[in-house]
Amino acid sequence: MRSVSIIGAGCTKFGEHWDKSFRELIAEAGMKAIEDSGIEGKDIQAIYGGTMASGRLIGQEHIGALIADQLGLTPIPSTRVEAACASGGVALRTAFLAIKSGEYDMVAVGGIEKMTEVSTEEASFALGGAGDQETELFHGATFPALYALLARAHMQEFGTTEEQMALCAVQAHKNGMNNPNAQFHREIAVEDVMNSGYISSPLKLLDCSPITDGAAALILCESKKAKNISDKAIEIIASAQASDSLGLTERKSLTELAATRIAAKEAYKQAGIKPKDVDFAEVHDCFTNAFILAIEDLGFFRKGEGGKAVEKGRTQLNAEISVNPSGGLKMGHPVGATGIKQAAEAFEQLNGRAEKRQVEGAKTGLTHNVGGSGATAVVHIFRKLEGKK
Amino acid sequence: MTHACLPLHWRRYPERYLLKGNYCENCKTAFFPARVVCPNCRRKALLKEKEMPRTGRIISFTEVFVGPMGFEHETPYFLALIELENKAKILSQIVDSKKESIREGAKVKKVFRKISDTDKEGAIAYGYKFKVVK
Repeated sequence: MRSVSIIGAGCTKFGEHWDKSFRELIAEAGMKAIEDSGIEGKDIQAIYGGTMASGRLIGQEHIGALIADQLGLTPIPSTRVEAACASGGVALRTAFLAIKSGEYDMVAVGGIEKMTEVSTEEASFALGGAGDQETELFHGATFPALYALLARAHMQEFGTTEEQMALCAVQAHKNGMNNPNAQFHREIAVEDVMNSGYISSPLKLLDCSPITDGAAALILCESKKAKNISDKAIEIIASAQASDSLGLTERKSLTELAATRIAAKEAYKQAGIKPKDVDFAEVHDCFTNAFILAIEDLGFFRKGEGGKAVEKGRTQLNAEISVNPSGGLKMGHPVGATGIKQAAEAFEQLNGRAEKRQVEGAKTGLTHNVGGSGATAVVHIFRKLEGKK
Repeated sequence: MTHACLPLHWRRYPERYLLKGNYCENCKTAFFPARVVCPNCRRKALLKEKEMPRTGRIISFTEVFVGPMGFEHETPYFLALIELENKAKILSQIVDSKKESIREGAKVKKVFRKISDTDKEGAIAYGYKFKVVK
């Protein structure tokens, strides 16, 4: 069976890039990834790019061709992948499958979003398209509102508190201090979150991920070939994806994201590991309650115990399991780029290049990317590829 | 601006004005809005048009302080997930209710209201909202 590895990664800084356009950001991330991998542009056989709402945010579609064009990689096939905030993760999985199938040996995959060209209201409207336009957004449901409904359900069923959710943000900001690409470098306290004002109760401003510009890119290579050309290859030992109802009203449970649970189960099976074997994870914490849902649905903690686990510091850097050593989505969530940036973080961690945020003895890493309010979930598991060049 | 074209409003009148959904007689499940395919039974489904009950209970709620375009004039407002008496779930605004009365388990009934401001084509969107009843 063919296996697939990552041999290079590149990210732009995440933040408000008033001075850079969409095309400049993706070209910057792409070139960094190619340089990092040590290959030449001509070695790349295909491109997959994840972006969610470029049409609404910058008025540009046809992103596949745009990426190939900007990177000087025409005429190779270049395809856009869209799955809301999971666009990056699904693009990664698509590139993985393209190599796995035997069609290609070397593929570039990118993710990007340019979100600050429009007003906050327009951006939230664009993001609202990840939910159900006709039954949610029509009635005034924003993304924070949908996650707020999930948060309240979790609080009611398990006694999860607003302070526990606030602690997720505190941890994210603490880890983000060590991430040079993070949108914020500022430590916060629980009171800061509690006093930050409701966006959609019980979620407050500092419970929410920000609006961000940014791009990330990876070079994927068939593993036998990767061994010969790279000493930093990390193998994708599992790639799984699941879907669920677009809107919240058809969900069987409001206290889990079933797509995450199902994709994770499949990923653990592929990798032949259990949740306790994971050393670090980059999870999709678009809101603080999403962090709690993720650590439960991924099997790191029992259902309902996520809030308490955070309170006890069990998810801190180098604690029981290091969750979001990069700071996660709180440190920037350019929606289409997030899934790729998570894998880039796994690449840094497993190569021991994560500097001050390095997870000690990191052997197995997991990334978890969610689209919408849980209608898509993608889980990848990585390990250092054995055998050097 | 928020809600697209006139035909979309027009298509949704039965749903938004009358709570019309459908019901699968094979698996005895109500769907709102109506579905073309029953996700439980697929080709064995027996889908029939059906009006939903106009009362239900709040399962979860939120007060929205930052709304999307088209809702500037009513922010803040309450949104809730409601389970109707036939188990179908619906997401709706809660209006005409005391703040303290909006809570999990509260009984609500449907009212008819304007949903959002006039869009570019001049269509004012109307539809269902719910209010808490004793």
